Amino acid sequence: MSMVQNFPFFSIILAMFSGIASSVLDGKRAKHLSLCVIAVTTGMSAAVLRFCMKTGESYTYMMGHFPAPWGNEIRAGALEGLTATLFGLVMFFSVVGGMEHTAADVEGSKQNLFYIMIDLMLSSLLALIYTNDLFTAYVFVEINTIAGCGLIMIRQKGRSLSAAIRYMIMSQLGSGLFLIGLSLLYDVTGHLLMTPAKEAVAVIEAAGLYAVPMLVIMAVVSVGLAIKSGLYPFHYWIPDTYGYATPTASAILSGLVSKGYIFLLIKIFYRVLGRENVIASEIVNVLFVFGLAGMLMGSVHAILEKDTRRMIAYSSVAQIGYIYMGIGLGTQAGMVAAVFHMFTHSATKALLFISAVGLYEVSGDRKDFRSLRGAGYRNPLAGIGFTVGSLSMVGFPMLSGFISKLLFATSALQSPHKMLPTVIALAISTILNAVYFLRLVITLYSIPETSRGQAASPGKSNWKLQLSVVCFILLNLTLGLYSQPIVEWIGSGLAMFD
Amino acid sequence: MDTPLFVNMEETVSIILFGIGFTMLMLHRNLIKKILGMNIMDTAVYLFLAVKGYINGRMVPIVTNQIQDASAYINPVPSGLVLTGIVVSVSTTALMLALTIRLYERYGSLDLDEILMRAKEEERT
Repeated sequence: MSMVQNFPFFSIILAMFSGIASSVLDGKRAKHLSLCVIAVTTGMSAAVLRFCMKTGESYTYMMGHFPAPWGNEIRAGALEGLTATLFGLVMFFSVVGGMEHTAADVEGSKQNLFYIMIDLMLSSLLALIYTNDLFTAYVFVEINTIAGCGLIMIRQKGRSLSAAIRYMIMSQLGSGLFLIGLSLLYDVTGHLLMTPAKEAVAVIEAAGLYAVPMLVIMAVVSVGLAIKSGLYPFHYWIPDTYGYATPTASAILSGLVSKGYIFLLIKIFYRVLGRENVIASEIVNVLFVFGLAGMLMGSVHAILEKDTRRMIAYSSVAQIGYIYMGIGLGTQAGMVAAVFHMFTHSATKALLFISAVGLYEVSGDRKDFRSLRGAGYRNPLAGIGFTVGSLSMVGFPMLSGFISKLLFATSALQSPHKMLPTVIALAISTILNAVYFLRLVITLYSIPETSRGQAASPGKSNWKLQLSVVCFILLNLTLGLYSQPIVEWIGSGLAMFD
Repeated sequence: MDTPLFVNMEETVSIILFGIGFTMLMLHRNLIKKILGMNIMDTAVYLFLAVKGYINGRMVPIVTNQIQDASAYINPVPSGLVLTGIVVSVSTTALMLALTIRLYERYGSLDLDEILMRAKEEERT
């Protein structure tokens, strides 16, 4: 057994213990520890990816001393490695980019608590990606929820607190459904590990037993995770949550947390319930319809919104709709497109949130997007970052958003019944995206009507934010220009799921 | 009296309780009642798991008088899951109660709609 195979376990446990250690450190040390841990785990995830690509197969890692049907397991394959690497990168640059604002938004004595939440968030995301055990997944879903709630409420403003309670309520509804789904599944199959559970599901399906319970399990698990990731009719918590948290928290919550749940859902579809069974049960069609609705309604809400950050948050609703539409297509190509869009969205949305904050800094911190007039000249790099992010969301060639739209459109061609609605919704949604994103970009580069001296003070140069904006732009370009190998990795990773 | 709903009385009850808790958490405006609903929902799942793990006429799965035979004991896994689940629900309940206290101190109300309205007004001023 090679050393690299230990890395998934090491990265989860390292992130968790650094959270514990941060509780006795001061803010500054906790911050440095947190950044080190994120960097190290990202490196480890990249090593896991490289190892799995070289051997061409996934592996399971036994936790404790009980073998497969009883004990707990970690499983790593190409897709797990790739997702963990990308999440690590996005998290690192989000923390770096929002660092100054974190220091300003969080009380001095509570700085270390913020970084505890970051560490726990990292640990739970990695565990959701790597785990091969359903109940472990549930426990880490809850840890993720608690850490997410902590990240929102640590900014002690009225709106952040009310956003946190709404987030918590919606998340608990989702977790409750997920938990009852797991309990029913355990009841039917007798297993909590994904691999034996899938074998048991295959036996049950072949014998034609438990048709109704299996349908209920699929529905309940999908709806539970859809609520938690903010699919369209359950999106009411999103704008407040992303709009009023501190910038790092907004970037992490919109870019990573919702993706963690979607990744878990895809994993459960492939590794437990069986893709064919899920498609046969028509659950995917329901997800497809809600995905389409989300794509359109999210964009409409975003157009009606005045506050820039809430506008970006509503755009997240639309992008989550894209991902569920890809899953809903029910084909392998659709799934690849959905996973690729997951990566696109985490890189782009984090870029948008971080660069929007850079623009606020030079515009007197007002919320209305009209106050950003000319901000693109006052903070050029953040302006470029925001423009790149917007163009990527609209689907400009060379950027990652273009590739995901292309993948969605080509994969739609393979499923004849869903082709027309998909392509029409893609077209309309792209136009709607363009309406509100380009309106923002034009506002950024228009000369302010009032005297230019009023808010033109560039402020102190925030090099951390600049650095993270540059890195996010590069990440976006990498995803856009080197999409071919990444799409191949996703494809082989999904093949390892079966 | 021998319809499946009555034969599996415990499971039926736990699913009904789950529905009650879920609806309370979703629809009630009072935050404390929402938290109560969340607890009812979680407890219903634990009842379901505990019932599923129980086998009539067998012992608690703790080896005390040298009986090593597994067939003498009930299934220990659901009990373990319930214990883990209780820990999780205690921590989420604590977090939600703490948030509720904060919001009550700030807005003097437990009604979620009113809290959201006041938070919006506070931001405007």
